Amino acid sequence: MAMRYPQGVDVAAATAAGFVLDRCEAVPALIGNPADFLIVTGLAGTARDIAALTHDSAQIYTMAGAMGGAVMIGLGLALARPDKRVLVATGDGEILMNVGALATVAILNPANFSILVVDNGHYGETGWQKSHTSLGVDLEKIAIGSGIQRTRTVAAESELADGARFLREGNGAAFVVLRVAPAEPPSYKRNFDPAACRNRFRTALLGA
Amino acid sequence: MAADAGGRWQAALYDLLRRHDVTQFAYVPDAGHRILIDRSLADPDVHSVALTTEEEGVALLAGADLGGGRGVLLMQSSGVGNCINMLSLVKGGRFPMLMLVSMRGDFGEGNPWQFPMGQAVEPVLQAMGVIVIRVDTPDEVIPTVEAALTMVFQSGNAVAVLLTQKLLGAKAF
Repeated sequence: MAMRYPQGVDVAAATAAGFVLDRCEAVPALIGNPADFLIVTGLAGTARDIAALTHDSAQIYTMAGAMGGAVMIGLGLALARPDKRVLVATGDGEILMNVGALATVAILNPANFSILVVDNGHYGETGWQKSHTSLGVDLEKIAIGSGIQRTRTVAAESELADGARFLREGNGAAFVVLRVAPAEPPSYKRNFDPAACRNRFRTALLGA
Repeated sequence: MAADAGGRWQAALYDLLRRHDVTQFAYVPDAGHRILIDRSLADPDVHSVALTTEEEGVALLAGADLGGGRGVLLMQSSGVGNCINMLSLVKGGRFPMLMLVSMRGDFGEGNPWQFPMGQAVEPVLQAMGVIVIRVDTPDEVIPTVEAALTMVFQSGNAVAVLLTQKLLGAKAF
């Protein structure tokens, strides 16, 4: 299916800057079997990516507020459950709101923790304004500077297979920037009730 | 700072939290929580999580709860202001949340910068659905935190225990 670009987005500039992959194909390719992970998502785009991929399963916790919290929710979960692999899938805008969390992740460096930033260089939910990553900010360099030792940027189809392995292997926190076109995420109507989603997640994981 | 008196109840407080299976200690460093922080760093059975800003701790402990873990957020009163929007997660998701807040801008404070947030701590927390309990004397600390642990991990509430400057003493300037 062809990518749907919102009106007003500067597609030529995004393409020239390397934001070309279709998230609707690249995110599922990177994640592979989502049942391999407990997944925490950011708001809007990545919540829709993961809800569509898993049919809003009980192994995901999606956000629709409390922006800036996704990485730390994932970290708390990873520390509490060293027996499970935890993946945070979030957007460039969401992670920019609390880049300090990357420093906190780095000093803990849990082996079962991976962060996937779906970077479209825009705030898609609020009218497709450019984010800092369209204007020269490099999230992988921020992660490296924060002390995260295992990092990748995936911007081409040929890099997807390596990125997929990287997310599920290794002995320290992994950080992958997936650079995608500023096009619409999958449309999917997920559960927006944060308490119901908490109960659903805990019941599936803990049986209580 | 009444450091000696603080030392006694802080050691007992750490043991109390561990008896209640608290295994994630999240904090932005503060003198009022020094002993709890040091004990958590020395304890191989817990995660001692130094934060860059207090709102990280709110999200961390929500994640711990998703995995069946328990934690505590240690911060100074100024840090409460950094948590406000992240408490949407706690209120909306009905996550259990235990916060121990060492107060500034309170009884006998000599730094005028501490007053705006110090005086706003209670109304701000209450506006976000957090139950606030003040502790003014060393004898009250353990029974109060014990009560808070029940309110949080048995009844599923968010509770902040304020360790006031009557308890901690005002920092000299």
